[in-house]
Amino acid sequence: MTGFLQNTFNGLVSGAFYALLALGLAVIFGMLRVVNFAHGAFYMLGAFGAYVLLTEADVPFWAALVIVPVGLGLLGMALERAFIHRLTRLDPLYNFLLTFGLTLILQDLVKLRYGVQSSPYATPSALGGSVNLGLFDFPTYRVFILGFAVLVCVAVWWLLSHTRLGMVVRAATERPELTRAFGINVGRWVTPVFGFGIGLAGLAGVLAAPMRAVNPLMGADLIIVVFAVVVIGGLGSIFGSVAAGFGIGLVQAWGEAYLSDFPIVSQTVVFVVMAVVLLWRPAGLFGREEAPA
Amino acid sequence: MTSTVDTPADATRPAPPSGLLTVARAPGWVRYALLAAGLIAALWLPNGLYPAVAVDILCWALFAVAVDLLLGFTGLMSFGHAAFWGASAYVTGLVAIHAGLPFPAAVLAGALAAAVLAVPIGYLAVKRTGIYFAMVTLAFAQMVYYVANEWRSVTRGENGLQGVPRSLFGLDLSDDYYFYYAILPIVLLGLAAAWRIVHSPFGRVLVGIRDNPARARALGYPVHRYKLTAFVLSGFIAGLGGGLFAVGHRFVSLDVLHWTTSGKAVVVVVLGGIGTLWGGVLGAALVVRLEDWLSFSNFEAIGLVTGGIFVLVVLLFRRGIWGSAEALARRWWTSRKR
Repeated sequence: MTGFLQNTFNGLVSGAFYALLALGLAVIFGMLRVVNFAHGAFYMLGAFGAYVLLTEADVPFWAALVIVPVGLGLLGMALERAFIHRLTRLDPLYNFLLTFGLTLILQDLVKLRYGVQSSPYATPSALGGSVNLGLFDFPTYRVFILGFAVLVCVAVWWLLSHTRLGMVVRAATERPELTRAFGINVGRWVTPVFGFGIGLAGLAGVLAAPMRAVNPLMGADLIIVVFAVVVIGGLGSIFGSVAAGFGIGLVQAWGEAYLSDFPIVSQTVVFVVMAVVLLWRPAGLFGREEAPA
Repeated sequence: MTSTVDTPADATRPAPPSGLLTVARAPGWVRYALLAAGLIAALWLPNGLYPAVAVDILCWALFAVAVDLLLGFTGLMSFGHAAFWGASAYVTGLVAIHAGLPFPAAVLAGALAAAVLAVPIGYLAVKRTGIYFAMVTLAFAQMVYYVANEWRSVTRGENGLQGVPRSLFGLDLSDDYYFYYAILPIVLLGLAAAWRIVHSPFGRVLVGIRDNPARARALGYPVHRYKLTAFVLSGFIAGLGGGLFAVGHRFVSLDVLHWTTSGKAVVVVVLGGIGTLWGGVLGAALVVRLEDWLSFSNFEAIGLVTGGIFVLVVLLFRRGIWGSAEALARRWWTSRKR
């Protein structure tokens, strides 16, 4: 029982990363109809940002948790204005390709400067050790990640459902033409929303730095799993993306724990789930049907 | 600049790739001249380049044409074609090593395996369209990658399959120069098959589905089944390329299944010109040649260059080489007629 709870907790923690990344992807997709391939690269830049700030400027984790996402958000906004903006009127595939190109560039820039080996990042001292969760001890830092990620997801949900800004974004996502007809300048919000999504990826990266190996390729394989996650949840649905993120984290952790004789299972289970969802509900668990094609 | 990003692209369909049928409509002598030029270039290639590079170009040409068959003529962007290229490379390698068959038979076995793999993946993927199709194919290709990575007893994991033989009835093909001419007929057959598919009634239906799926369905065409058939055919052709690639390098590594390989195949097609078929061949030649030159000059960050080309092509050169050349030729042609 204790073991099961522990695995569940671990699953929720890795699910937290999927959820944060899927949330950013979903917000960006909702507003821009862009699937951002570079999302994993920005996650990697987030972790590297924290690492570089610590080693070269002695900036502690807590400051990096604010500085890095904001900085990356601004970088994202600049990239949106410079490149992505030019292609949003075309087929979304072009922006997918563009961000794929950006991914290769960002990865190689970091690789050139820092090499491919992993760099260690110390867990902040306030979050060292472990806490007793009744039945078992659990690393404090992981508890923190889970709590923080849930907090961020709730905050984004509140922002979208209870503020005027959120109303505009939701309206623009559902019916851009109609929203504009009401005299709301939809275009004004596109760039900030893109930056916000990138900021979320950066935040996930900073959170990952003390827990996972910081290296230029850390986002590359992750983003593909996140793509599967959003296909499962339904990319149009913000709630679905977050729920699928946590769900896949759980399924992976359980697979790893109880099918440890088959290491292949834990790595591929997400894709098997995706296959089942495609058979059963092609639009995703929480997605709406696309126009028939 | 005022912000006037409005309609997310849903409503605006992609401009149909310009290429289809324009070459076919060109006067006969132009077509035959192009065909002759292409054949001469193919025969000359290993004399002007390192033969090993020429072999790579042939393999990638098949890969690009396979991807374009879907992207340009069916309107489906597969971002996971490394699954078929790589699966065929492994099967070809295993068959060649263990069964000792002549290499064309091994390659055929590999390509058939790729086609078989394309059935379930395609069946699931064609349930989605557009960007989702790209994500789903990418995800399944990653699954194949993980399976190959874990199934070490067969794939040798990180070490890769070594010593894939180039046997062909006792001929000595160890020299890449002769090997090039040994595989050229197979590649030409593959390219001709792609051309035949595109210009068959079946191919016309695919283009109809690309341009207006709802109408194609209303006319009674089973859209999913057509897409799946195209997907499997494309997987087979990509598999031909991947198998030859394995024999060409005498070595198969996990790279052949990596997502960057899938992405590179799409870049090659966009660079050459989506929906032009032969554009992909040109794109393959350019990208393979460039990467060889970069690695030869000890430039480490190849991704920086290919990524940069990608960004530039998508931003500024979406018609690609063949598409642009065609547009130029058409303008010249019409201005002369006046």
